[in-house]
Amino acid sequence: MKPFRYVQSSGVQDATRHVGGQAESVFFAGGTTLIDLMKIHVLQPSELVDVNQLPLSSIEVSDKSIRVGANVRNSELAWHVAIRERFPVLSEALLAGASTQIRNMATTAGNIMQKTRCPYYRDIASACNKRVPGSGCDAIEGYNKGQAVLGTSDHCIATFPSDMCTALAMLDVTVITARPDGSTRKIAFTDFHLLPGKTPERETVLEHGEMISHVELADTPSSRNSHYLKVRDRASYEFALASAAVGLELDGKTIKNARVGLGGIATKPWRSVEAERALIGKPANTDTYKAAAEAALASAKTYEHNAFKVPLAKRTLIEALEELMAQHQAKTK
Amino acid sequence: MSPNHVQEIPTESASSSDKLNVELKVNRKTHKIQIDPRSTLLDVLREQLNLTGAKKGCDQGQCGACTVLADGKRVLSCLSLAVAQQGTEITTIEGLADGEQLHPMQSAFMECDGFQCGYCTPGQIISAVALMNESADAVPSHVTPDVLHAPGLADLSDEEIRERMSGNICRCGAYPNIVDAVKHARDAQSGNAAKTGKAGKK
Repeated sequence: MKPFRYVQSSGVQDATRHVGGQAESVFFAGGTTLIDLMKIHVLQPSELVDVNQLPLSSIEVSDKSIRVGANVRNSELAWHVAIRERFPVLSEALLAGASTQIRNMATTAGNIMQKTRCPYYRDIASACNKRVPGSGCDAIEGYNKGQAVLGTSDHCIATFPSDMCTALAMLDVTVITARPDGSTRKIAFTDFHLLPGKTPERETVLEHGEMISHVELADTPSSRNSHYLKVRDRASYEFALASAAVGLELDGKTIKNARVGLGGIATKPWRSVEAERALIGKPANTDTYKAAAEAALASAKTYEHNAFKVPLAKRTLIEALEELMAQHQAKTK
Repeated sequence: MSPNHVQEIPTESASSSDKLNVELKVNRKTHKIQIDPRSTLLDVLREQLNLTGAKKGCDQGQCGACTVLADGKRVLSCLSLAVAQQGTEITTIEGLADGEQLHPMQSAFMECDGFQCGYCTPGQIISAVALMNESADAVPSHVTPDVLHAPGLADLSDEEIRERMSGNICRCGAYPNIVDAVKHARDAQSGNAAKTGKAGKK
């Protein structure tokens, strides 16, 4: 690990000013991504500003929304009874990620900011436009089994790995930030992450020194009736090959409203408006789900080793919808 | 090393300006030490405090051999910065026993032969202790069919135990006996509390 300076911040604004004032300064919370990547020299910050002691660890529950502090740990969020009741897809997505040890450490904001697991990003001997802009991409012609099929560019095909964010993408979520000048802003979650395009090193709309302080989840008609399904190479403690976060509002047997998020296959947390359009107003049955899956993956671009992800993601989405409907029918009987 | 008092461990490096003075609470003892800001909790435990129970398996958060408790919650010491752990109560495998009296989970692992080479065992046992504490609150896991209705400790299936222990890898493959050990400790605990209640269930 490259030497760095460690400082504790005394408040949110102090932290944002500290990081904002130095190009190579970063926020430090759970550390599960940062310390890992610092050990292998992928990230080499000159300063870590510890935000763990800031008062951002509460979950505030109100009638129509839940406000989650940036430092709330993944396990606490997954286990919170209001999340389990009102946003089951989020609880399920969190519980599908990593291990209890890591969920006890990882924070809400850190999960949103987590880095790709692309093996070329994680290997400093490889070319990677995300790690070293302009150096090229060894993944495109390399062993790209785990890489994305949606949202890729000629510069980067790295998958965004978070389960939690796949659920956040299909819920109504606002990210609240604090900036070095003392101002705050609200960003719709679906606008928060950027597609790689020509600048894969730019992953979010955050400015340097801007910090996530809270995440606000608004109840929607489909958020209570929601479900997460993850498919991976082993049964536990592994990143997704494909995952689907789904929510349905039903009017009898007709789908009145639908939300679809896809994970493990895209370069950012993916909300599939195409799949939602194919579901809304249609009868809740397998044919409808199949049409939604086709629509969701219509723009997929595959590479040498990851073409399997297209049929896998389709089947994952169909199965997620089937499972959700089975749960729904069991509950409403 | 004398036990029950604050320990001062001098720095070995000449460039002490790079070092930080920290106070770490480990196994109910306070240690005043100087550390490099880069030191992980795992390295400080093993190299500076001579607590070699927590193991360095992968050193990248994938194996769980370094698992310790931080304020009662299981965490990976290899991904924790020691400097950020001040004010936290750390418990390692060395801190579980009460004198010569083993922790019930340690006894259960011996009883059920829950290991082969033993390298992952300290992490497994710490993780299993945390599993019991978490499950007392009836929290769901990935395999819980309905996250709103999570099983309590007494009702944990083998599948639930396997999922909840999945952050700890055992390369010898002692998993069946590890699951038995967790059940053994669980039944010993809940058996004491609810001998009659258990007979009444299914």
